[in-house]
Amino acid sequence: MTKALDLKDKYVSDFEVFSANGGSSVPQWLQDLREQGIQCFRDVGFPTKRDERWRFTSMSRVTGTKFALANGERPSVSVAEVRQHVLVTGSNQLLVFINGRYSQDLSSTSGVPEGVIACGLREITKRGLDIVEHHLGKYAKPSDSPFTALSTAFVADGAFLYVPRDTIMGDPIQLLFLTASGGRPVVTHPRNLIYMESGAAASVVESHIGLVEDTYWTNSVTEAVVRDNARLHVYRVQRESEQANHTATTQSHQSRDSSFALTTVELGSALSRHDINAVLGGEGADCSLYGLTQIQGNQHVDHHTTIEHVKPHCNSWEFFNGIYDEKSRGVFTGRIVVRQGAQRTDSKQTNNNLLLSEGARADSQPQLEIYADDVRCTHGATLGPIDDNALFYLQTRGIEADVARSLLTYGFGVEILNKIVVPELRQLLDELVHARLDEGAERRVKS
Amino acid sequence: MLEIRNLHAGVDGVEILKGIDLTINAGEVHAIMGPNGSGKSTLAQVLAGHPAYGVSEGSVVYEGRNLLELEPEERACAGVFMAFQYPVEIHGITNAYFLRAAVNAKRRCQDLEELDPIDFMEVLEQKLDVIGWTDSLMERPVNHGFSGGEKKRNEILQMAVLEPKLAVLDETDSGLDIDALKAVAEAVNTLRRPDNASLVVTHYQRLLNFIVPDFVHVLARGRIAKSGGKELAHELESKGYDWIKEPAGVV
Repeated sequence: MTKALDLKDKYVSDFEVFSANGGSSVPQWLQDLREQGIQCFRDVGFPTKRDERWRFTSMSRVTGTKFALANGERPSVSVAEVRQHVLVTGSNQLLVFINGRYSQDLSSTSGVPEGVIACGLREITKRGLDIVEHHLGKYAKPSDSPFTALSTAFVADGAFLYVPRDTIMGDPIQLLFLTASGGRPVVTHPRNLIYMESGAAASVVESHIGLVEDTYWTNSVTEAVVRDNARLHVYRVQRESEQANHTATTQSHQSRDSSFALTTVELGSALSRHDINAVLGGEGADCSLYGLTQIQGNQHVDHHTTIEHVKPHCNSWEFFNGIYDEKSRGVFTGRIVVRQGAQRTDSKQTNNNLLLSEGARADSQPQLEIYADDVRCTHGATLGPIDDNALFYLQTRGIEADVARSLLTYGFGVEILNKIVVPELRQLLDELVHARLDEGAERRVKS
Repeated sequence: MLEIRNLHAGVDGVEILKGIDLTINAGEVHAIMGPNGSGKSTLAQVLAGHPAYGVSEGSVVYEGRNLLELEPEERACAGVFMAFQYPVEIHGITNAYFLRAAVNAKRRCQDLEELDPIDFMEVLEQKLDVIGWTDSLMERPVNHGFSGGEKKRNEILQMAVLEPKLAVLDETDSGLDIDALKAVAEAVNTLRRPDNASLVVTHYQRLLNFIVPDFVHVLARGRIAKSGGKELAHELESKGYDWIKEPAGVV
């Protein structure tokens, strides 16, 4: 405990240095926002497993290491290297971030439609756009979690996307976050704001990738505002270094008749905790959350989701699958809140967990809080090894046992990948899932 | 084709089959009938090689080979097929993908080149034509969200595509409405050939109005209590199973 306390003080004093350095060049509202963030963090500190929301996930990998704010020094990354990590080619809608900092040189925005703003948050803050001031930090609040509090305290850069009224972006826009520590472990706080005006449509591919296998910490927050009748699909691919830590919040706020979908695929990092908070704040809105976790070794991935039905006639659909090998561990919390007056809510939640080895473990907890009386909420969870009956079924069709096992595991993954409508991304993730399956199968043969 | 001699088998140490003798020749359709708990499904599972069922005595020779020594997938490659009473739902894998994997597994053990998706679709469409169905279930995950009828049809489609020598249909009629039952039966009849054989396991005589068997066997308490021609099925329909049970104890 003393250790975590010391490190809390470290980040508080880091903030003082950070704030003094950048204080003169940022507008007052941003300075105030940062102060709110550090205030909150100072009050609550890091969570422990005694906190109900953190009982299955120890954050000691984060709280026990001194991470320095990734400020000036950044690894040099070539265009060729960036190209390797690009998930969708040819659209010229690419924002690249090195250690959390927007890199104009490596990005390309020539394909962005007229009226759309896609740029670094630092840059747009300097330009003084009202929309940033009015919306940044208004949905993912510092009081929600100590990590959002830290993100708010150290908010500096990240992606900003504004899609004007009735503008349809055909190709997905990519946000590529590349990170490497270099000499000492660093922390980055990428902060993204996506604002979809009425009738706008876009898909965003947000990926977090480790450049080398070293220890660092990414603490990312994405806020998405989806106005009346707008549509947004965020694809999120987490492939951090397997020694890295990843904490993230994705916070959406939807207005009337809008549609928001998040498809998140977690493959990397030693420790990952993703808080997904979706607010259905207008009638007739539709929210879909899909997640696939496929991990091995001692990896740990925790999805903590909250869907809040505030208005009537909204649908939410949540579907998370996990494939856990070796000693890896998965956690899923699916909290659904139906506020008073949110009648005719239709909500479905499914969480399936496949344990490929005896050392793997998964915890699943649905939490339904319903304050309206005319609603339909269903939830279901499964947990266990490959189903013997399914295996036998495939074998009776001539499929060899090991091929059948791999096919059944793949099916678990593909169920989520099928939600990806960007063909190139779907294909790439399919290959990654396959590669990891083959790796696991090979290890089993050897041992 | 298949010779079962004095087969004793069970699950979790409980003996269910207590000495089955049955010979099936190419071109024949045999029906196994019997009340619930008589061991009908156990016989089907043992023939398909379900690992939960243990054989304590007796032999099963299929085309000159000891069937009981083969893994389920080896039995499939040798031409044994079982249509499941409760077809299993498979997450994520489409019917088309699954069927192609099954066909290619069979082709591998026949030393034939595997089919790519395009060639496979051709084969599939021919089969769909033969049994008169559309391919509307092909892009859906295997049996996932299928109605009872769709699941059973899907079993028969797999049988059509895999062209088994010996097909075991385990209660394929259970839970089917009359139209689905007719469709399934017609498909089975279309696939009937002089060089293959079927073992139709059913509780009800109704299916046998559509799939006309050459032989009917009545199973009671783990043994074949009575064998006869198709007329035996009609007798069972009018008299029920009770009159069979008595002699079974004596045998």
